[in-house]
Amino acid sequence: MSGQDPAAAFRIEAGELLDTTEQALLDLTHRLDSRDLIDTVFRGMHTLKGSGAMFGFDALAGFTHHCESAFDRVRKGQVQATEELVAVTLSAMDHMRALVECNAGDLEAESAAILKRLQAALSASPAPVHDAGIAPSTSQLSGDHDGDELPGGPWNVHFRLPVEAMANGTNPLVLLDELRDLGATRVAAITQDIPALDQLDPMQCHMAWDIELPTTVARDAIEDVFIFVMDEMELVIERSEQTLPAEIDGAADAVTTENGSAVVPQLLPGSAEPAGNRPAKAASESVRVPAERLDLLMDRVGELVIVQSRLAQLASAGISGPTGELALRSISEEVERLANELRDTMMVLRMVPIASLFGRFRRLVHDLARETGKTIDLVTDGESTEIDKTVSERLADPIVHLIRNACDHGLETKDERLAAGKSPEGQIRLSARQTGGEVLIKIEDDGRGMDRERVRAKAEACGLVQAGQVLSDAELLQMIFEPGFSTAAQVTNLSGRGVGMDVVKRTIEGLRGQIDLTSEPGKGSIITLRIPLTLAIIDGLLVRVGCGNYVIPLSAVEECIELSLETDIRSRGRSMIQLRERLVPFLRLRELFSTGTRPDPFQKIVVITSGGERVGLVVDQIIGSHQTVIKSMSSLHRSIPSFSGATILGDGGVALILDVVQLVALGQNREERLRAAG
Amino acid sequence: MPQDSAMQHFSATSWDENGQLEVLTFDIGGERLAIEAVNIREILDLLPETCVPGAPNIVSSVVNFRGKIIPIADLRVVFGMAAEVADHSGESAEGGSVSPAAADHRIVVIETELDSELIQIGLRADKVHEVAILDQRDSNEPPVLGIRWKREFVREFVRQPDCIIVLPDLQEIFRSMACAA
Repeated sequence: MSGQDPAAAFRIEAGELLDTTEQALLDLTHRLDSRDLIDTVFRGMHTLKGSGAMFGFDALAGFTHHCESAFDRVRKGQVQATEELVAVTLSAMDHMRALVECNAGDLEAESAAILKRLQAALSASPAPVHDAGIAPSTSQLSGDHDGDELPGGPWNVHFRLPVEAMANGTNPLVLLDELRDLGATRVAAITQDIPALDQLDPMQCHMAWDIELPTTVARDAIEDVFIFVMDEMELVIERSEQTLPAEIDGAADAVTTENGSAVVPQLLPGSAEPAGNRPAKAASESVRVPAERLDLLMDRVGELVIVQSRLAQLASAGISGPTGELALRSISEEVERLANELRDTMMVLRMVPIASLFGRFRRLVHDLARETGKTIDLVTDGESTEIDKTVSERLADPIVHLIRNACDHGLETKDERLAAGKSPEGQIRLSARQTGGEVLIKIEDDGRGMDRERVRAKAEACGLVQAGQVLSDAELLQMIFEPGFSTAAQVTNLSGRGVGMDVVKRTIEGLRGQIDLTSEPGKGSIITLRIPLTLAIIDGLLVRVGCGNYVIPLSAVEECIELSLETDIRSRGRSMIQLRERLVPFLRLRELFSTGTRPDPFQKIVVITSGGERVGLVVDQIIGSHQTVIKSMSSLHRSIPSFSGATILGDGGVALILDVVQLVALGQNREERLRAAG
Repeated sequence: MPQDSAMQHFSATSWDENGQLEVLTFDIGGERLAIEAVNIREILDLLPETCVPGAPNIVSSVVNFRGKIIPIADLRVVFGMAAEVADHSGESAEGGSVSPAAADHRIVVIETELDSELIQIGLRADKVHEVAILDQRDSNEPPVLGIRWKREFVREFVRQPDCIIVLPDLQEIFRSMACAA
């Protein structure tokens, strides 16, 4: 990431930090007393605050600081973690995200509001269970509260490090420096415990310190200084009995100066303001790539350079005679292999584990559970499945919608579940796995399932189906993907506005994916998304129809069979073939595309499949498999349903890529019509 | 008055302050057309075309233009001219010898904005002439009578000593086509 805008680098880092912290927070909702999780949250915030301040994100650092102090108190057992506290902290995390993005002052009002809620949550939290040994001044709590975010003080801080502290790498001078940076007005060393010189081990720390700090310092800021040593040391932070005059008049201060101690008045101002706000800017996209993958790519590039020099040598020597031709052919093969490998390596670089996508949904489900009052358990599976980065980003919104739907419509309320003899806790299962060139993403719920009657009634009300029209179960369920369709009788905050499912479907199809829905009444629904691994390159089957070349995505091809002339003639009327005891309708692409050419004597049928349905495509010739780099069509051609794109062939010509989903739908429609007619 | 009617058109001709316009002139089906030179990307010899089944007639095929797939538009269809040479109808993808009449045929690649998307389109031209400067004083609104084309497809007619140059409204043409598709 060299040469990058440091603020952009920070945004990326902060994003990841917020993600992990959020995960820990979500875990915390289930295990409120887990010290590990509380520590993780605290550490996350601490790091965020530190690096935020470093990169000039002052608003963020300031805001995070307060959340951090709240969690610090949880960490120290002064208050207990409550669900309310976690919920407020989650919204605080959202706010931090916003601050990371724009780092501007106009979010201040919101900051204050969230902090107020945070304070409220803290005070509502039950009194400490454990004896707060390290922080004896519990009276301090109330002081913090009524001051809202006002610091207390002035403070008397007394601390003593363990004797072996210096051996452990703790340097008291650094701590003192930090306190000075906070504006310590007086630092006094307590030297009474220092042994006589002949017994003194210079590697041991026998000193204690008394420090006086002004009112402007928050208690948390003081605790921050000791954050890494706090567990072992002796630390007392007390509100000084003296009021303001003591602060101004250094000589009249009440701190007992032990005999022979040095008094160091501090005049250092507060830490200087870091660089001004940076302009808000959308974080540029970046991908984290494991180094080994880059090495692999480097290897390939190295090989390519070698082949290139071989080629150059051959070109200057001239290709004459059989040896030259042989050499050229071997180079060509080499280049082909390298191109393939480079392609694969490059593709792998674009892959990200789907865990990053799934991670966001935990928060969503958590919020949904709160909103709906249902208990929802999110189970994820196959998070290591890798998927193209662009695909992963574009999948986020559709899956959010599907999960919302599942939580809102699919899962019943606690009482309904108990009445139906199910466990009170609803489950949403999110799983991913790779099959062939596709990734299957399943969103399952164990809720009530789709109500066919209602779907049907609604579809009729919307005019999508005629009353009495016979629909297969799959067709009926597909109705929910029609624009303007929604069965929710009540529009809730979550879903039911009738926009969404059609958008979901369009998005998935835009990724050249498919969406399937199965549902069992009383048991739940399963929505399966089939997404191609990558958008850019596919394996295709190159075929010829008339005099045009077409590419069929190989992942959809099931088999190729010959259409003999007599079957062709015999099947004029019905366009069906028998394939392993199933009738498969077929489409004559020659007719569909009105090529106006005569059929080849040996036509072939390419059987393609989509969503369990099969359709045969009659082509004139199968040319072979083809590495297809997908190019989009111009907007003038985008509305033609049969094609999903185009590609450039080796000779520079253009071949169109068939849209399998559309063609299968077309074939199935014809079949239905034939059936209806006959 | 001319200004008023010019307002009716979505895309007004962008005459410069001297009332001049730099255009590329070319022939299609016996008419001379002109397109603003700023919109011209490139003039190509004929390329092997791939016809797109199901596409509107006017953009029935695509070509590979420097690694991009761009549609080829035939303005003859828009202006109701007879497709004089039959070898454009897709079979030309197979190549073969070019007839002498087709020796002058070119593809004029233009760049235009359609629905706020910049697209490149190849226009078939029977013969490409020159880059010329037109004068606004010679230009006329399309008359209400006397033309058999849709009036909105023409922005202006420009009188020249030897012929009349048509300034087609490409945006309108492609927009109407996108709607029809």
